[in-house]
Amino acid sequence: MRRRNRSVLKKIDWWVVTIYIVLVLIGWLSIFSAVYDPEHGQIFDTTQRYGMQLIWILGAWFLAVVILLIPARIYALFSNLIYSFGLLLLIIVLVFGVERGGSSSWLVMGPIQFQPAEMIKVFVSVGLAGIMSRPHFHIKTWRGIFQVAAMILIPAALILLEKETGLALVLSAFVIVLYREGLPGWIPVTGIIAIILFLLSIIWDPLYVLWLCAGISFFIGFLLAGKKLPVLITVALLTGAYFLIPMLLELFSIDLFAHLERYQWFLLVAAPLVVVLLIVAFRRRIVYLKTLLLAFVSSIILIFSVGYVFNNILKPHQQARIETLLGIDDDIYGSGYNVHQSKIAIGSGGLTGKGFLKGTQTKFNFVPEQSTDFIFCSIGEEWGFLGAILVIALYMFLLIRIIQISERQRHSFGRIYGYGVASCIFFHVFINIGMTIGITPVIGIPLPFISYGGSSLWTFTLLLFILLKIDASNE
Amino acid sequence: MGYKVRQKNIIITFFTVCVLILVIRLFFLQLINKEYKITATNNVLRYEIIYPSRGLILDRNGQILVDNQSAYDIMITPRELEAFDTTGFCAIFDLSSERLDQMLSEIHERRRSIGYQSVIFLRQVTNEQYTRFLEKSYRFPGFSVQTRSVRNYPSAICGNLLGYIIEADPSFLEKNPEYRLGDYIGRTGLEEYYEKWLKGEKGYSIYLRDVHNRIKSPYEDGEYDKPSVPGKDMITTIDLSLQTFAEELMHNKVGSVIALDPSTGEILTLITSVGLPTKHLTNFGAYYSQVISNPLKPLFNRAIMSAYPPGSVFKLVNGLIGLQEGVLKPETRYSCNMGYKVGSLTVGCHRHPSPTNLMQSVMMSCNAYYCNVFRSILDNPVYENIGQAMDRWQEYLKSFGFGMRLGIDIPGELSGSLPGTALYDQIYGKNSWRSLTVISLSIGQGEIGTTPLQLANLAAIMANRGHFYTPHLVREIPEDPSFSPEVERKEVMVDEEHFSVIVEGMYQAVNAPAGSGATARLAAIPGVDLCGKTGTAQNPHGEDHSVFICFAPRENPTIAVAVYIEQGGFGASQAAPVASLLVEKYLTGQIHPSRQWLYERTLEQDLLTRHLQ
Repeated sequence: MRRRNRSVLKKIDWWVVTIYIVLVLIGWLSIFSAVYDPEHGQIFDTTQRYGMQLIWILGAWFLAVVILLIPARIYALFSNLIYSFGLLLLIIVLVFGVERGGSSSWLVMGPIQFQPAEMIKVFVSVGLAGIMSRPHFHIKTWRGIFQVAAMILIPAALILLEKETGLALVLSAFVIVLYREGLPGWIPVTGIIAIILFLLSIIWDPLYVLWLCAGISFFIGFLLAGKKLPVLITVALLTGAYFLIPMLLELFSIDLFAHLERYQWFLLVAAPLVVVLLIVAFRRRIVYLKTLLLAFVSSIILIFSVGYVFNNILKPHQQARIETLLGIDDDIYGSGYNVHQSKIAIGSGGLTGKGFLKGTQTKFNFVPEQSTDFIFCSIGEEWGFLGAILVIALYMFLLIRIIQISERQRHSFGRIYGYGVASCIFFHVFINIGMTIGITPVIGIPLPFISYGGSSLWTFTLLLFILLKIDASNE
Repeated sequence: MGYKVRQKNIIITFFTVCVLILVIRLFFLQLINKEYKITATNNVLRYEIIYPSRGLILDRNGQILVDNQSAYDIMITPRELEAFDTTGFCAIFDLSSERLDQMLSEIHERRRSIGYQSVIFLRQVTNEQYTRFLEKSYRFPGFSVQTRSVRNYPSAICGNLLGYIIEADPSFLEKNPEYRLGDYIGRTGLEEYYEKWLKGEKGYSIYLRDVHNRIKSPYEDGEYDKPSVPGKDMITTIDLSLQTFAEELMHNKVGSVIALDPSTGEILTLITSVGLPTKHLTNFGAYYSQVISNPLKPLFNRAIMSAYPPGSVFKLVNGLIGLQEGVLKPETRYSCNMGYKVGSLTVGCHRHPSPTNLMQSVMMSCNAYYCNVFRSILDNPVYENIGQAMDRWQEYLKSFGFGMRLGIDIPGELSGSLPGTALYDQIYGKNSWRSLTVISLSIGQGEIGTTPLQLANLAAIMANRGHFYTPHLVREIPEDPSFSPEVERKEVMVDEEHFSVIVEGMYQAVNAPAGSGATARLAAIPGVDLCGKTGTAQNPHGEDHSVFICFAPRENPTIAVAVYIEQGGFGASQAAPVASLLVEKYLTGQIHPSRQWLYERTLEQDLLTRHLQ
């Protein structure tokens, strides 16, 4: 026993452990600073959040030690069981969950309360690693894709039912794992393009997005086409018809746009062109043209479904958050308040910041959720650009280190699990920091290791130390 | 394994790109864009204004006319309000429980806009209420006391002279951007005219505040705080003891008293009655409606605003002009048979020895004499027509300060009215009026309107034998050595030599023996050479107005007085006693026993009933 422990300590990746400890301590000091009040100056005061966070931290370290003592092989062995336990927790929450702040994702057992939706990252990572590391599993088969999609989407759906949209979206990060394990690159790329199109069509008039799609399609077509002339003719036909016909009609004093929206006119002009091109593509078997037209048509469908999704499926607070992110809703006292105040806090930090405990914006509660989701404000305000860069660099270093650890695993279970850890941490860090500086939507997910809260800290501790244990047992 | 390496690298690249996006955004947010720093400062700093204490107003001997005292406002902080002993609260502040309920519900309706702040619940409670509240304040959570500096008036004197302090209204703020909502400004009187000196400079303390506007701590230990600069004290020309004495004399009378030092133009006493009592000034807002509805118009500063016919005191001016124009000689005699009669026109006069020379005409105030004088001025063959003569006459009057503002240093002075050719051409048509048409001007009636200040100035001109200084109220601002009152010496268009005979007439009017026909013997002061002239201005609305101007001593005079008492009857009966008692008090410091009866009679006179009928 003693020898094994010593071997764990010897083989553990101390770089990761060090970064972990540094991030956790930065978090603790930031929480102290964010809620600091001279009247409660004692940092160990457990009536205050920083005092509580210290308890969570000590608990997390105890948890880490326990993980390091548990044999690594149980995760691969019982991966299905562990995953199913996670699902069970989510279902229990749906039945017995306690409502807190608009979401019913909390389980309360006596003095302990936690959020299974936060913990699900661990279960899904283990479950995915278990399934995908089986010898006859292939991601490129329908069966494979169906399996992993189900394993990700079912918990995501359950979490959505708990109204924790942010934590459900986190699961989309597992696409990175799938990509690493052989998922064709076009699937995530298409996904990203779809998201960009979705966002653009909310900001812009659909007409401009249509022209953008057409422009990109023509550009790609021009690059791929054997003969360039037909492409140019097509471009000329579309633009000519779109602009000249209304001008001609105007000569006969017919105002085309009196009855027709401009984007409708565009579709009218483009439709015959697409049909003709499709016939050409099928007759002459031009593969790239078929794909391009398919992509173009599906983009158009996506663009017009956006309006429907946005207005009919998204809830008002989600609409507001997307609008805020896209700069449509500038109401700095309404839904834009959080982000506006957060940008003020971080922006006022300057190069070196105002110094520890000297931040004014976060300390005096101008930034809401300043110790949980918006904890990065405290760092940005008090430690400035340099401090913010340091924290981001620590995360980046941690991510690269985790990927390196993953890649050196002899068993694919460890590698897949490691990528799962990296994906989750990346998603949380990018979205969380992004939302405090106004470039990602405010979906309310914590900053790993730093944000206040036991569920989040313990989840990421579990994620990380299971990987470290697996790595230490890597023979 | 090759493609696995490629995917690892792509994933790392993807992470790096995303992280770089964050870094670039942070770079712009924290290092390039300055807007957020400014907003942060505005967000968090709260400037608490420190109000300066307003400058004191002192009399010429350093006695306090206006100083400051603490006023206590009971503040309420709705957020901290709990159930409290309402009966106890009502007992302290003399409130009915219904009134308290109503006030509390008003506050309750406003609670959102108030937020975490405190607002005034009861304004300016008395000292006694304040101490009683302090003893029991622990029983009233959510209530506190705010101390404020308000004006205090140790002596009850004419408030119109001093002016009052009131919260600046929106239209004032628009014109004066250096003031903020909630600032107090001086209105009327010295407070308004000398606002610039009296107000001082506001200072501020900077505090850090939280999102609920609660103060957390001083900013940088107060290093950037700015202390307030107190307003500058000013020494006025007012003689407080004389002023209060005059207030006493004018009690229950409507009119004005102005006393000034003819050798400097310094105003010793200025009273408008009925005016603003000082006890109403401290919390003027509370009395505003009461003041406005008073039929005697206390806000109207009669001394500088009201245009009265001057009555017989105006004869002095016409006499001087006649002498200067050469149409009148001291030995010129006119007879008077109970008035001046030409055809159907009669200007009545009282019974007196006739005929009179110039000196006697002043002493006895003969109307007929001045009808003749005035006609010879207007019908002077030197001038082509009456219009030119009239213009000349008007010029003389302007040099005496009539028909124009004298430039006293309180706001609101009016010019009175001075008729001329243009006016009479308009009324009667060009060339269709004659000297007889406007004959009432000869005795100070008709279209002429003079302010009591102008009459006091006339007294000063008589005292100085032909010149005057701009009447003014502030002598010195010790903390501003660059300040000096805007005083000008002005010469009238009548040479000094012509004054002696008129002044002799004024002297005789007061001091001639009984039976001589002197009009103002009541004003004679034992041991003081008082020169005076009575006036009785006809008043179509009631009793005649009583007017008296005087100066003393005869040689090197130190005081000139004008008293105008509305509906006082004969000049000698009301105005002359007030003026002479004032002069006596100023020059001898007491009232001679032989005149004690006059003093008591004056105090007892109540003329208000005449006005309120």
